[in-house]
Amino acid sequence: MKTEIINAHMVDPANDIDRVSNLYLHENTIAAVDAAPDGWQAEVTIDAKEHYIFPGLVDLAARMREPGQEHKATIATETLAAVSGGVTSLVCLPDTDPPVDSPAEIEFIQQRTHTTGHCHVYVIGALTKQLEGAMLTEMAALKEAGCVGVSNLLHPVTSNLVLRRAMEYASSQDLTLFFHPMDHDLKANGCIHEGLSATRMGLPGIPSAAETAAVGSCLALIEQTNVRVHFCRLSTQRSLQMLERASFDGAPVSADICAHQLFLHDNDIHDFDGNYHVLPPLRGKADMQGLRRRLCNDIIVGICSDHQPHEPDAKLAPFAATEAGISSLETLLPLTLKLVEENVLGLADAVGLLSHKPAKLLAIDAGTLSPGASADLCIVDPKLEWRLDAQTMISSGKNTPFLGQTFTGKVTHTFVAGRLAYQLKQ
Amino acid sequence: MQHFLTTESLDRDQLIAILDTAESFTSVDGRNIKKVPLLRGKTIVNLFFEASTRTRTTFELAAKRLSADVLNINVNSSATVKGESLLDTLRNLEAMHIDMFIIRHHNSGAAEFLTQHISPGISVINAGDGRHAHPTQAMLDMFTIRRVKGEFANLRVAIVGDLLHSRVARSQIHALRTLGAKEIRVIAPRTLLPSHIEDLGVVAYQNIERGIKNVDVIIMLRLQKERMQGALLPSQHEYYHLFGLTRDRLAMAAADAMVMHPGPINRGVEISSAVADGEQSVILQQVSYGIAVRMAIMSMLAGN
Repeated sequence: MKTEIINAHMVDPANDIDRVSNLYLHENTIAAVDAAPDGWQAEVTIDAKEHYIFPGLVDLAARMREPGQEHKATIATETLAAVSGGVTSLVCLPDTDPPVDSPAEIEFIQQRTHTTGHCHVYVIGALTKQLEGAMLTEMAALKEAGCVGVSNLLHPVTSNLVLRRAMEYASSQDLTLFFHPMDHDLKANGCIHEGLSATRMGLPGIPSAAETAAVGSCLALIEQTNVRVHFCRLSTQRSLQMLERASFDGAPVSADICAHQLFLHDNDIHDFDGNYHVLPPLRGKADMQGLRRRLCNDIIVGICSDHQPHEPDAKLAPFAATEAGISSLETLLPLTLKLVEENVLGLADAVGLLSHKPAKLLAIDAGTLSPGASADLCIVDPKLEWRLDAQTMISSGKNTPFLGQTFTGKVTHTFVAGRLAYQLKQ
Repeated sequence: MQHFLTTESLDRDQLIAILDTAESFTSVDGRNIKKVPLLRGKTIVNLFFEASTRTRTTFELAAKRLSADVLNINVNSSATVKGESLLDTLRNLEAMHIDMFIIRHHNSGAAEFLTQHISPGISVINAGDGRHAHPTQAMLDMFTIRRVKGEFANLRVAIVGDLLHSRVARSQIHALRTLGAKEIRVIAPRTLLPSHIEDLGVVAYQNIERGIKNVDVIIMLRLQKERMQGALLPSQHEYYHLFGLTRDRLAMAAADAMVMHPGPINRGVEISSAVADGEQSVILQQVSYGIAVRMAIMSMLAGN
């Protein structure tokens, strides 16, 4: 199959391309950029005038709830939601049921992706057995099965000694540790940022120090061991300052931020709406602005969705009793484009944080439009206005505080390995 | 008003209207036959997910004096009550054609949650949700203050004790601010003060002698026994030593200062018996005014 996409505004930050151009796809790879290869005869031509072409987006964190939580979502439903949002590679996390702590779960996910999935799926394995924080998983076996990193997510690791050993062992297997900083003693039963909103609503708070204390002790262990660590879903600007400083001093660290932390703060939480219940919590406005200002720093290698689809019942309770998380695959690109519109990021920087930078962190073949690369890409109509509605959302999870909001810019086509995986119904 | 969930969203006129209506009901208390027919034929459910004696009984009495039919449902709070069962409980009761729910629940926002899922036409009164609000208690406190002091404008009010966990204090602060109290002070050790409390429009003191100076109203909060040991406070003894309301400390307040407490009292922990039973104490009046204030709120929600 030969497909050409012509007259598009191509943004491919890995190759420093940000101009009107043409793209030629042959089978599952990108055949050429700008000029057609010799003797080219397109079978399909898409005129993408006044549209963008971006590399397929790489999402560092998206739960699909399979295995074990199919009442929330499945690989089939969520990978379709992903491609509808321009995401062609996503990383799923080990807090399934059972957790991904052995090759069997990885193979299951790969198998289900092969038979029901719509995009590339990569797996982060559990750092400790059952995510219980005490015994290391068989990381060599996980790696051999294909996992791209290890993490204990927000499940506590029982001590800094275990964390140190896990860091060192993961490093010896050449597996990146995806570290979610949270001091669980300081968090206690908190469910919202410790600030005026928590005080007004009478909800137990999570102090910023619950994050910065964990960042601090992990940095001390990095200094001790010189192990590379990726810090996930940072919510406070102080954490970023600490990482910037450590990076300046030579520590091998990187970080990501999820899109909703760049648009919402604790003061936005109203009527005890459980759709605002996320972990780490939405911080104060100053933190949100601080995260925005620091997006261009080199240590930030990704904006991710932190997609967590839930069944309606999970949010049908008073705030603290709801399950945390936002269904966010379909708002990742629209929110990031909004950052461009609001002059927080340049377009190329924004696309880079959604594509080649996270791909580089994961060391996967994705995130660029280079000839020879996998033909993963999305075409975006930058002027199309649309409203996020529960009825039209593709994800099984309709749990998002952005319901009813209008966005500008929508994916019209998504190609995964040269195959048209999604096309917007006109 | 369809629901009564918090004092925060109400304006001065609404608060005053509640106090004025309550005033008209105080005469009912003194009658031989203590009933008015305002809620005749209405069914009210007391839905309590947390233990309560005082609040539940005053609600029950208030409803009965308005001639309503009252159903008391106590859901064992020691069992984990999940959201689904809260909603299921609600749905089941709704099917019985209830007119008004009075709910107490350990989760902040539970009453608000109920209003989001309830059929139109049913009223909800918040009888305490988590640490968030206890607006009927706050209104009976306002009623008591107005009865004794007349006006709010010149009052200095001190709230003393466990503000961190207190829904009563939050509702009092909002009501006092809206009613125009001159100064609101909160007095507690730092471990019992919520963060950013001063942004609610109060002045925080960590020393009771300084905080109580010249105040006209002293509201003592209950300190739960299980919170008196561990990391929040070292001991009951030290708390009383530092923050207990004694006669000596009361003497530092304005000469005619009134002493309040939402109950139940821990004598010798937050307040000395001499003060609790002394002539400046209005603690028992608070309880009896509680019925009139709750009658007022119920009848106003029912459209009277």
